Parts: sequence; structure tokens; C-alpha cells
Amino acid sequence: MNPVIQAKGLQKSYGGHRVVDGLDLSIHKGECFGLLGPNGAGKTTTLRLLLGLIAPDAGTATLLDLPVPQAAREARIKVGVVPQMDNLDPDFTVAENLLVYGRYFGMPDSEIEARIPDLLEFASLTSKRDAKVPTLSGGMKRRLTLARALVNDPDVVFLDEPTTGLDPQARHLIWQRLNALTQQGKTLLLTTHFMDEAERLCHRLAVMDNGKLISQGSPRELIESNIEPQVVEVFGETAGQWASEHTAKYAQRHEVSGESVFCYVHDAQPLVAHLQAQSVLRYLHRPANLEDVFLKLTGREMRE
Amino acid sequence: MSMSHFALPTLTLRFFPIWRRQWLVWRKVAVPAILGHLADPVIYMLGLGYGLGSLLPEMGGTSYIAFLAAGTLCYSSMNSASFESLYGAFARMHEQRTWEAIMNTPVTLDDIVLSEILWSATKSLMSGVAVLIVIWILGLSDSLMSLWMIPLVLLIGLTFAAVGLIMTALAPAYDFFMYYFTLVITPMMLLCGVFFPVTQLPEALQALAAALPLTHAVDLARPLMKGEVPAQAVFHIGVLLTYALVGFYISLVLFRRRLSR
Repeated sequence: MNPVIQAKGLQKSYGGHRVVDGLDLSIHKGECFGLLGPNGAGKTTTLRLLLGLIAPDAGTATLLDLPVPQAAREARIKVGVVPQMDNLDPDFTVAENLLVYGRYFGMPDSEIEARIPDLLEFASLTSKRDAKVPTLSGGMKRRLTLARALVNDPDVVFLDEPTTGLDPQARHLIWQRLNALTQQGKTLLLTTHFMDEAERLCHRLAVMDNGKLISQGSPRELIESNIEPQVVEVFGETAGQWASEHTAKYAQRHEVSGESVFCYVHDAQPLVAHLQAQSVLRYLHRPANLEDVFLKLTGREMRE
Repeated sequence: MSMSHFALPTLTLRFFPIWRRQWLVWRKVAVPAILGHLADPVIYMLGLGYGLGSLLPEMGGTSYIAFLAAGTLCYSSMNSASFESLYGAFARMHEQRTWEAIMNTPVTLDDIVLSEILWSATKSLMSGVAVLIVIWILGLSDSLMSLWMIPLVLLIGLTFAAVGLIMTALAPAYDFFMYYFTLVITPMMLLCGVFFPVTQLPEALQALAAALPLTHAVDLARPLMKGEVPAQAVFHIGVLLTYALVGFYISLVLFRRRLSR
């Protein structure tokens, strides 16, 4: 079966700066695929290219077997989009937002009206049917945006940072719903910079930086192929000095960040024993996670 | 700017759901909106028409207030379309990101720009008809020919919506629109024969007025309100249509450039 989303050598520059730089990607039916990367890595531009909203400078892309941007209009009939910033209609109620949006897909009102109760149920907004958008909480708005993206019963859903700015309860509810969508066989492509979100939701991930994909695979594969399995974090005023004296002996690799030292090791036992024998530094021993991979691949310095 | 920005517009019926969206928004504020359409032009027309009109002899074979009624219809239609295509469209494009939401569906930017022009023209039509009804009630025009004002205010709406969208496509923020209203719309109100015949102006200003679209709208409206067939009607309609079509194309190219970034 052909991939649902495919990109070959996609390239896009703005003002001489290459935002997407030779991107290859295949996403298969029923997959939840995560695009990770720091701000400015090119994630949103990649989504816009794959949706056919902008034309690449080089390379090709297909969406649901149709070439984009050439046949983007036809392809988008079966695509839903949850944008990074809410763009619900503030003048309308929850149900009116769904009705008006469904019309853009050429759906007759009767068909949209018939779908609205299920969409509201899915988004846990049944009681808010006639509430105006400005009265909704951030989490409700996000859920309504998700319901709106499903109004045309899409095969593929694009989600650009779907949980940014939400509290933990609201995020967990969105995660549940996204899991339900993949179980229904829908294909999801999401961008995020929350590693727990990526680890929990995505079958496959790609880490993106400076317009390029720098690593790809399942969350477990990414951790195994990029980083030592154990991490010992050491905290304290003298951690930096301690690191320069002792880490070479105990850790395969270490990074200093302020008053914390991150030691990456295959076997943590000798290091933990050493730390237990002193009383000045605190430490935390844990398995390596995606965030460690992300920081290793994209660096610790701030991006602005 | 990429060559693809210059492609001719692809027009489809997919603009219609967007027009319906605007209609649904408008319906929620219909009462204050109709008052807004009416209050300003009618107060000007009555104030100047009776106040100033009592000092003036007949103008072109009618009372001053009847003379002013035709001009008022034209400039209030111009204002309705201009406000909607500048402030309204900018809010939908920039502040509420409604356009962005719509472009994620099978609707394209070409459809959106067309819908904005048609919606602004609809606002002109509504305000024009409201003012026309007041004019009929006051007995300022009793010719059946004045019914032609209905398609004319729609055409005025299309013209000024299309030209206004050029400014919207260029605007960094709302403040920018002050230039357009101060330097384009207000001068047109004063130079294009709304309050007095263009022939009262010095020649240089008359030449300028002849190039401005509102002059051609007024030249069509005034005879129609008196029950006469306008001279050079095809030429005046042609000028308005040209402004509309060229405005549509230029604004579309500018929107494509702006939104492809």
C-alpha cells in the first residue's frame, strides 16, 4: 500500500534561509507520526508543504495519493487540520462553528447536523453546544478545534502542537481522543515539543532541526540508537567541579547545565555507589528518555 | 515574488459557504448594523439637504436635498464596502485567522478573496437599499427609474471592495487604513460631485475627479433618481467595472504573496 503522506527531497527557503532542507518522509495508514524539533526547526513549514498550502522550491509531495500542491484541493477533502493557534469563529456558538466549517467541504447542512452530536460527544462538549466560543476555556477551545477538524470524517489529521498551553487534565483528555482516532484507523501527523506527548502517542517519530530530519524511528528505537540507556542527574553547587574530577571514570558521556550534571552511562551502579558515599551532591537515577535524545540531537542552547 | 502569484484567479462556487458565514455573523448584529448603515448618511443628507439647501437655489432642476440624495446613496455605498473590505476583511485575515482556518479546507485563497468582495458588495447593497427607502419615504425621488439604483449600489460595492482589498493586502495593522480613508475616500467624497457639481471645481481638480470611480457612480445615479437615462452610461459602468476587476486581480496577487510567507 502506498504511504498516506510522502515527501521526497522537499525544500523551501524564505529570504535566502532554507527552512526545509531536503526532507524525505513516508507516513503509512493508521500511523501516528510525530515531528519533534525546537522552535524554528521547520515543523510548521513542513506541515504547510504537505498540506499543499505553499509550493516547495524543490522536491515532491503526495497526500492521499494526490500530488500537492497541484491537487491539494482534492486531497484536503479527506484531511483535517488542528492549527497551532486557535482560529475558531468567535461570533458563533460551538455547534455553529461545526456547521459553518462543514460547509467549506461542500457538505449539505443535513449531513453536518447529523454529525454534530457525535462530534460534540467525542470532544466532551455536548453541554456546551450553544455556548459562544469566547466563553470556553482553553482546553474546550482545543477540543472544539479537534472536533472541527473531524467534521468531514477525514482519513488524515494534521495537528500542529495540539496541546501547547493546556493544563495537564486538558492534555490528557486530548491524548485519549487522539489515541481513539488512531484506533479508528485514521492517520495522524503531529508536531510537538513535549517529549512525553510524543512518547505516549506516536508510533514513529522524527527529530527535525535546521530544516532536516536528523533521526527517525519508534520512541524506543530513537532512545536505543542515540543514547546510553541510563541517566544519573547530579545536582549541587559543586556539581561542576565534581564533574571535571570524577565523570571520566564513571560515565560514558556527561553534560553540564547550570548546577546540574547529566551523566549518560551503560551501567549506573558504580556511579550511584560513588554518589551514595558522599553527602554534598544530590542525584537522580533514571532510564534515558526521549528528552535526553532530543537534547543530545538538537543541543542544550536556547533557540530564539 | 513567484510567478505563480500572477496566475489569473480560479473562480468556483466554493466562495458561497464563506458568504453564508458572513451572513450568519451579520444576522446576529442586524439591528445595530442597519442603524449604522442608515444613521450617518441620513443625518448628513437631512442636515445639509434642508439646512444648506434652504440657502441654495434649485440645483440641476431639483431641490438641493434631492440633488444630495443621489450623491448620498453613492458615497454611503462606497463607505460600506470600504469599511467591510478594510476593517472586516483584515480582522478575518489577520486577527481572527478565519482565512487560515478556511484555507485548510478544499477552499482556496481565490475563493476567499472573491467572497470578501461579494460580501462587501452585499453590505453596500443593504445600506444602499436602506437609504433608498428613506429617500422614497421622504418623496425625494418618485421615478421608477430609481429602482436602477439597486444594481448600481451593488456595482459601487464591488468596485470599492476590490480596490479596498488592495489596502488590506498591504496593511501591517489597522492604523494603516487611516491613510486610505484620509487620502482616498474623503477626497473622493468632496471631489466627485456628491455635495456639488464637479463643474464647480477648478479644471485641474475636475480632471482628477474624472479619473476617480465615485464620479462615474454619481454621474449614473443623479439622472436615474430624476427618472432620466444617464448620458454615456456604458462608459461609466465600464470605468466602475474596470476598477473592480483590476482591483480584484491586484489584491489577489498581493494576498497570494502575503500569505505564502
